[in-house]
Amino acid sequence: MSFDWIKLLGFIVTPLIASVVGFTYMGLSRKITARVQNRVGPSVSQSFIDVVKLYSKKTAIHHGLMQHMGPVFAITASITTLFFIPVLKDSLFFANFSFRGDLVFLMYIMVFGQLGMALGAGQTGNPNSAIGVSRGLSQMVGYKVPYVLGLLAIMVHFKTTNLQELIAVQDGFRNWMIFQMPLASIAGLLAYLGFMAYAPFDVPFAPAELASGPPSEFGGKYLALMMTSRSIFTFAKLVLFVDLFFGGASNFFELLIKTFVLYLFALFVGLVNPRFRTEQSIQFWWKWPTAIGALALLLVAWKG
Amino acid sequence: MDININDKDGRKIVDIIQSYASKHSLWVLAYGTGCGAIEIPPTMTSRYDAERFGITGRPTPRMADVLLITGYLATKTLKRVIRSYEQMQSPKYVIGFGSCTINGGMYWDSYNTIKSLDHYLPVDVYINGCMPRPEAVISGFVKLQEMISNGEAKGWEKYRDNIDLYRSQQKEVIKNWQMPDYNW
Repeated sequence: MSFDWIKLLGFIVTPLIASVVGFTYMGLSRKITARVQNRVGPSVSQSFIDVVKLYSKKTAIHHGLMQHMGPVFAITASITTLFFIPVLKDSLFFANFSFRGDLVFLMYIMVFGQLGMALGAGQTGNPNSAIGVSRGLSQMVGYKVPYVLGLLAIMVHFKTTNLQELIAVQDGFRNWMIFQMPLASIAGLLAYLGFMAYAPFDVPFAPAELASGPPSEFGGKYLALMMTSRSIFTFAKLVLFVDLFFGGASNFFELLIKTFVLYLFALFVGLVNPRFRTEQSIQFWWKWPTAIGALALLLVAWKG
Repeated sequence: MDININDKDGRKIVDIIQSYASKHSLWVLAYGTGCGAIEIPPTMTSRYDAERFGITGRPTPRMADVLLITGYLATKTLKRVIRSYEQMQSPKYVIGFGSCTINGGMYWDSYNTIKSLDHYLPVDVYINGCMPRPEAVISGFVKLQEMISNGEAKGWEKYRDNIDLYRSQQKEVIKNWQMPDYNW
């Protein structure tokens, strides 16, 4: 196999673009939140300013090796996740590591960052972190069920586990997955709300109740690393769900529009809802989204 | 502004970027010590909207930059305030809020409140009033932003350099000092 310089350049450029887009979306979300609450709100670049400030903090303390490694695991997992998602349709430059079984691999690797965070937050010894970690992992058990059921239905129906092949079958507006397989898509998109962790599913972070949960003992550069990781991961998740259900994107303009609309969906749901309790959020996913996902899988099995 | 990058004694371009970032992103520790904390919700919410200036609340001291001492400080509260302040990551700033932090205010002859906050923590900005209205609070924050951009808000360096003096003054009022001398 020949060494591919264009792909190497893609590996360097993709995380940079992802973090810039992620931070811009986070800034826009703060602005939109402010406008909804009848405020002026911060500037759109506020997230960039925040993260530069955190990187330029003069001191940073840690409570042990695992807390030191936690944010590093998180950012490694975010970038790895991004590398296995084809950012643009039929693009050599942004296809990255996409291979035959990448959808199955993504199901596993997307959990890794949260597990790293859990290990890191566990060592701080802060009770709020421990509660936040346990809530986050319980919630993950909740939303992973409809997500996997929906994806399984899609994979069985099209007999492929490759994201690029799945994008290829969604050629044209009418063939988007959300119109081809509406039940599986609804299950997946409800699970997407859990991935984004906006209200009512911001159970693990709960600033008023848990003092921001897992990251409560992280300050300075550790927090900055976690914010960077979060921005990259947000972009990766948005691109994954656009690729899965909305036919991917063939240029950046299309990609930005589709991802932003998807981002607004999670944000607007969050703006009008209070927070669930842990058991309520798990019950939510194990009731209707799971039923819809199971129905989608049954229909696929019945049709053959 | 005339900036010479090669001037080693002057402020480097990195310092200017850093002070710009810390100026426009002030995270306040959500910890109200006295009655003045009642003025913080109107400052943060729709009417006065402090988030315009990048000022937001943060739940834990590790993430926060600004410690807002809202009103009188009982000696019991002072102990918690010192712990919170020392857990914050520098550069960090203290704003004394209301007359009580300046000279004791209406608690000037109380047996268990401190009279002058400056003896125990390095205060960068005082906001006068009992209580200061949200406009006054925002003007205090803007003053702090000006001081940061001029490189004047160095309270945390003063505290680090004179830790022994501050610690002895703190131990004078806190009789039962049952916490480690090293808090951060």
